[in-house]
Amino acid sequence: MRATILIILAIALMVLDKRFAAITELRACLSMCLAPVQYLVSWPVQLIDNVGQLMSTHDALIKENLDLKAHDLLLQAEVQRFVAVESENNQLKALLRSSAQIQGKMEIAQLLAVDSDPLVHQVVLDKGSSDKVYVGQPVLDAGGVMGQVIQVGLTTSRVLLINDPKSGIPVQNTRNGIRAIAMGDGYTGQLRLMNIAQTADIHPGDVFVTSGLGENYPEGYPVGRVISVLHDPGYSFATIKLVPNAHLDQGRQVLLVWPNRMVGVSKARV
Amino acid sequence: MRNGLILTISFLLAFILTLLPMPEWAIWMRPAWVLLVVIYWNIAAPDQISIGAAWLLGLLLDVLSGTLFGEHALAMTIASYFVVKMHARIKMFPLVQQGLCILLVVLLYQFVIYCVQGFIHELPKTKLYWTSSLVSMLLWPWVVGVLRNLRYRVRMA
Repeated sequence: MRATILIILAIALMVLDKRFAAITELRACLSMCLAPVQYLVSWPVQLIDNVGQLMSTHDALIKENLDLKAHDLLLQAEVQRFVAVESENNQLKALLRSSAQIQGKMEIAQLLAVDSDPLVHQVVLDKGSSDKVYVGQPVLDAGGVMGQVIQVGLTTSRVLLINDPKSGIPVQNTRNGIRAIAMGDGYTGQLRLMNIAQTADIHPGDVFVTSGLGENYPEGYPVGRVISVLHDPGYSFATIKLVPNAHLDQGRQVLLVWPNRMVGVSKARV
Repeated sequence: MRNGLILTISFLLAFILTLLPMPEWAIWMRPAWVLLVVIYWNIAAPDQISIGAAWLLGLLLDVLSGTLFGEHALAMTIASYFVVKMHARIKMFPLVQQGLCILLVVLLYQFVIYCVQGFIHELPKTKLYWTSSLVSMLLWPWVVGVLRNLRYRVRMA
């Protein structure tokens, strides 16, 4: 009897979670209570990493430092060029009377070294609502878009990666501006473009960036590169696979973005 | 009081083992640690850890592993129901027979999760999904050894 009630209750919770997102607060509350366990697991793993870094030799560090400085110089030079291009772009947009975009705030977050269920593609960050992280916030890494925050606790938050079957992201081809939606492709770790006509001009090697249409992700960040285009006459749409640009399975540090919503040109000029 | 302490420690250990990062090739082989510990207590102390506790631990597992809220709770409740029902018999089994029994229970648990996944998303295509049950069975004697040891040690202290 008790088992029946509990089973019905579990099924009811699943339906609520899936269809109505009604128990977000309960989930957040539980995840806040369980955050210490996550830190408890993550701490020794990170400690071992740190010890490994401590043991690296003086020479190696000096060499790494020089390399980084050289890399930094190159990036600085690139940035100078981009600043000029950005202001020019905003001026052109002002001429067209469309709204300009300015860069939002960014902050670095660490991934906690905890595993999720292999049935879901998610990672846990060490920042939560106390750092003003919000649900739906985009997460990037050095390569491109990683995913979005789906659940926020006080000191942790959970990120849905773009290759999870539940994730969808509006994208745009950099070569010719074809827009599409990229969904996670099952358990392959790749992405799949939805509902693209057989005749669409998309080739392997094309790079897709965020189109900014969903207003969730900021515009223009790389998402993935096309690796295969399959035209099967049996299907009404082409099967197009992408590999994500971001390093979803490695790396420790990610960028949290607070994108500014579309801002009027006059503000952006300041 | 003392019992509560052992129970908490054992479940904390199970959660830690569930979260511990594993190399890419081994992600499907992680045994169902929390379920194993629940089964142990279902057999050893069915009056304290019964179906209700299994349900609650399943919910916590859902929050920690990011799955649909209630998915593991459902599987855990069903698996635990059969174990509690037959706990007196399983207790008397020799270790090999007990292991086979555990294999069946964990397979049932995985099957429930498999069905739920089928309802909400795509199913995992790899057959490796089911290796978790085998690993769970192989680790069962070890779980029994560690928990029994823990129990007697705390009781004597």
